[in-house]
Amino acid sequence: MTLLSLTAMQTKIGQYAVLHDVGFDVPEGGVFVLLGRNGAGKTTTLRSIMGLWSPSPGSVHFDGQDITRMHTADIARMGIAYVPENMGIFGTLTVDENLVLATARGRIDPARLKRIHALFPALERFRDKQAWSLSGGQKQMLSVARAIIEPRRLILIDEPTKGLAPAIVDAMAEAFREIAQDATILLVEQNFNFARTLGRDMAVIDDGRVVHRGSMADFAADAALQDRLLGLAM
Amino acid sequence: MEQLSNILGRMGGVNLLPVALAAVAFVLIGAPSSWVTLTVAGLAMGMMVFLMASGLSLVFGLMDVLNFGHSAFVSFGAFVAATVLAGLSGWLGAESIALEALALALAFLAAILFGLVAGWFFETVIIRPVYRDHLRQILITMGAMIVAEQTILAFWGGTPYAVPRPHFLEGAWIIGDVSIEIYRGFAFALGLLVFIAMVLVLNRTRIGLLVRAGVEDREMVEALGFRVDRLFIGVFMAGSALAALGGAMWAGYETLITPALGGELMIVVFIVVIIGGLGSVEGTLLGAILVGLMSNYLGFLAPKLALASNMVLMVAILLWRPNGLRPAVK
Repeated sequence: MTLLSLTAMQTKIGQYAVLHDVGFDVPEGGVFVLLGRNGAGKTTTLRSIMGLWSPSPGSVHFDGQDITRMHTADIARMGIAYVPENMGIFGTLTVDENLVLATARGRIDPARLKRIHALFPALERFRDKQAWSLSGGQKQMLSVARAIIEPRRLILIDEPTKGLAPAIVDAMAEAFREIAQDATILLVEQNFNFARTLGRDMAVIDDGRVVHRGSMADFAADAALQDRLLGLAM
Repeated sequence: MEQLSNILGRMGGVNLLPVALAAVAFVLIGAPSSWVTLTVAGLAMGMMVFLMASGLSLVFGLMDVLNFGHSAFVSFGAFVAATVLAGLSGWLGAESIALEALALALAFLAAILFGLVAGWFFETVIIRPVYRDHLRQILITMGAMIVAEQTILAFWGGTPYAVPRPHFLEGAWIIGDVSIEIYRGFAFALGLLVFIAMVLVLNRTRIGLLVRAGVEDREMVEALGFRVDRLFIGVFMAGSALAALGGAMWAGYETLITPALGGELMIVVFIVVIIGGLGSVEGTLLGAILVGLMSNYLGFLAPKLALASNMVLMVAILLWRPNGLRPAVK
């Protein structure tokens, strides 16, 4: 079943067209990976889904409902969480305050918090610390934890491994596998080796257009295609 | 150097600046009684300016809105409160502290209510169409400020308007050879109460949490499912009400007001917001206290320099800390 459907999406930032023709379907469950070179339009695609930039023309449907013109806050309340590339944590708030803020009623479910602390133990150790004092990896953990502090149907994650140490990247991959058991993840990633271990379905975007859709297994097996679309040949 | 910085940081960091300024002034002034009088005057002035500036700081921090019309709320607050006090002059002359206090409370309440309603109108009609466009914000809010000033002129006239003051706030406390004006003590206490209330709301409530987060990253707060634009209306109204209350208190302090009052104070208010760090209530208080103390000390020590003192203070602080003393975003 399709959870998210993008159709012929075009997005302009100011007078510049960044997305020219982006369309793909994200099936419910698992990890869907959106790959592409720097500046291809991956982040713009996620921001357009969240309503932070408006696609025109084109449409975004979530669970069969047109969300193209909806306000970002209303889109989030439908069960879509967003982990931006810059992590978007609130530095002057404590770790716990960051988590509380992401709940609809200001109360954290203890069972979910326990699960988050099991996934990211550092967040339990530093729960009363102001978030600006965390390391880059811990900030990324907090950003992901905030996205799963309440049940969500779809989580948009933008380049979560950028600048992280290999050990933290491994921990992040483990966390995403667990999160994907009860939520769908749309993952934007440049680190193909990281993405290939997680993704089931994928699409490649280049110069604001979707240039390939398919299964991750097929794409991972085709070195020539990877080289042509992502320039991955070594 | 780093060790010294760490030690100072543990002792209070930039919060110690007013103490350091007061200590330097104590040495330069020489006479302890004059120093106490000037310090109390500086603190009272700082608290009144804090009331006017805190809302502006939050509005800028939360929505990146430059509101030059903020002075209109200060002016209107002053004139509305003065008019209520004039209308209740019978109560002020009744020599009953209860009636006088009630008249003062009603005057302040009227100013606050006016600030709330005017703030809602201003945000909805003037600010909302120019979100994310600084040039238009400056032009339209400057225009609104001129219209507001002319409206006051039309209603209250151009001659200075006398503000009746309750008798229990007249005079001074004399302690030894130190004289402390009662109204200044009152202004300081009321300002401190408002500051404590604001800190409690910002740090202990969910709305406060949203405001603090919104000041840092409005977009992310929306991505978490909250309508910051709706929150902003509330913050704008509260900020306008605080400015009107500040204006009302300033009216009682000056006892003679003109329609230009808000515009004249606005320069100081902007300096305070910039010195303190945009979006930070604690920073705004720190900036306001520094400006209040500096104005009073220099007014005594070197009257010719007093006019430029706030500008010099702002330049010095910005050279040292370009984002202000306590910026809301780290």
